[in-house]
Amino acid sequence: MASPLLRELGGFARRNSLSFLGGVVGLLVVVIALAAPAVAPRDPLKADFRRMNKPPDAQSFFGTDQVGRDTLSRVIYGARTSLFVAFLAVLLGTTVGSLWGVACGYLGGRFDLVSQRIMEVLQAFPDLILAMAISMAIGTGLPAVIAAIAVTRLPFGGRVIRSVAISVREMPFVEAGRAAGASQLRIMALHVLPQCVAPYLVLATTHLGVAIVIEAALGFLGVGVPPPTPTWGNMLADAITGLVPHWWLVLFPGLAITVTVLAFNLLGDGIRDTLDPKLSPAVLRLVTGSGRAAAPAAAPVGKPSDATA
Amino acid sequence: MQKYLLRRALFALGTLIGVSLIIFVVLRILPGDPLVAILGVEGHAKMAPADRAVLMRDLGLSDSLPVQYVRWMRDIATGELGKSFFRGDTVRDLILHRGPLSAEIAILALIISWLVGLPVGILSATRPNGWADAVVRSLSVLFIAVPGFWLGLLIVLALLFWFGYKAPIIIVQLWENPWQNFQLIIGPAVVLGLAQGAYIARMSRSCLLEVIREDYVRTARAKGAVERAVVMHHALPNALLPVITISGVLLGFVLGGSVAVEQAFGVPGLGRALVVAIVERDIVVVQNLVLLYAGIFVLVNVLVDMSYAWLDPRIRYQ
Repeated sequence: MASPLLRELGGFARRNSLSFLGGVVGLLVVVIALAAPAVAPRDPLKADFRRMNKPPDAQSFFGTDQVGRDTLSRVIYGARTSLFVAFLAVLLGTTVGSLWGVACGYLGGRFDLVSQRIMEVLQAFPDLILAMAISMAIGTGLPAVIAAIAVTRLPFGGRVIRSVAISVREMPFVEAGRAAGASQLRIMALHVLPQCVAPYLVLATTHLGVAIVIEAALGFLGVGVPPPTPTWGNMLADAITGLVPHWWLVLFPGLAITVTVLAFNLLGDGIRDTLDPKLSPAVLRLVTGSGRAAAPAAAPVGKPSDATA
Repeated sequence: MQKYLLRRALFALGTLIGVSLIIFVVLRILPGDPLVAILGVEGHAKMAPADRAVLMRDLGLSDSLPVQYVRWMRDIATGELGKSFFRGDTVRDLILHRGPLSAEIAILALIISWLVGLPVGILSATRPNGWADAVVRSLSVLFIAVPGFWLGLLIVLALLFWFGYKAPIIIVQLWENPWQNFQLIIGPAVVLGLAQGAYIARMSRSCLLEVIREDYVRTARAKGAVERAVVMHHALPNALLPVITISGVLLGFVLGGSVAVEQAFGVPGLGRALVVAIVERDIVVVQNLVLLYAGIFVLVNVLVDMSYAWLDPRIRYQ
């Protein structure tokens, strides 16, 4: 398993060097976030009143904020919170939405009809506004923010994966399963679901970028993860509390958001190109772990909503 | 055709009712007493229980939920929209006062996105894989990733540092002082417009590239039409339909994004009002503004579908 995987990875890097770069940068950000205590030069919460509002210098590369906290350390710890929120929100929202979509697509009928109406209603809200209202209702704090972002991701998983499931439903091997007397749950889990893994991966990668931006916007507007826990969003909110904001307090957290989102978007584009079975059935087989070639996994995975501008 | 439009409109109405139900349910599961949010913990403790009950009744919060929902629908029907807990002015006044600014921003952003995105997309598609195409594609990838509110903050900072310029922070309507009004809206509109323009450039490029391979375009070339006419008159009209659709979807980002971008630029528009209301937990304002944003989004998508039907004869004559 390992060597074909490596070979595919090498092929991926050659064909989509930009996406590969995105993947590497994304991985790097994740590693930095995980290793924050080891990487960060200072305590992100420790105020130092001798070093307030210092521009970037040799002691603190990204400068210090209004109470002398080290901006670099805060950006690093911020990566922790921001990525944690984004990963969990996507894991919850996109995954639940996708499973829902599999059920809709395979079962059809009244269940599908009602589900589609619910998804339409959820999609009628601009993402950020829905997230704001939900996080206001269930209170600020990490779980609330994660739940709020997850809900905005539900309908996209639902719609994209549903269309995949609908086309898979008509495939001969699914019919064979039905003919053999397998239960609906078994067919869905063992035959339909594996075919949906590839589009799900594309969706999840792009949603990661979206979730990071929503989290940042919520934090910026003061309805996200509350201070003192640093996130990229609430750092930006902190930065503009002063009458004249310092440029380093604005520049670096935003740069972190942009680089991370860019990395995930590029990776997502590359995965989409690669998983298009017309381009490379081999990778598709690897990822879905099934011997069935050229599955209809190339459902039109449109650019999912990108929330905030 | 008329049947299609009617069905589409009814669908939209159903969606809106669903939207209002979700808003209502979400905002009513607010943990904690709304009076605590209004009066503060101390004020709430000082008040006699009888007075609290009176206040709750005055605010209409002591009735059962269905009654409250029906009253909200009635308020919408009469156009009153209820009162803010804190300011005493009606939500209608708030929308009339601040709405025009946000609407101008959204419309100007839309215009900018088409003015920038479409020519750039055409340029990119007519010379695929050239250097202009490469520049356009990397810029659009970049602009899709940059959070608009951060770009807005950077612009505000740069103007302040290098030119000592600060946009006005009070509401100036278009009909009062067009120049000051323009200074208020241009920043957010450019930021939002560029982000959308990136999507439009991307979309128009890929659609145009697909259409250009079609047989009828080859025929147009074969009969000797100049390249310009082939692209503009033959290929472009067919490539535009998906671009129009994505423009409707993009409006959702603009509506959501404008909330954060208005905050970044300090523009006192509707988005700022929504943020303030959410922070203050002013339920009446929040429920109406969220419904308004969702309503505009739904309406625009109905309009997009209708324009689609109007532009595409295959749908029109069904």
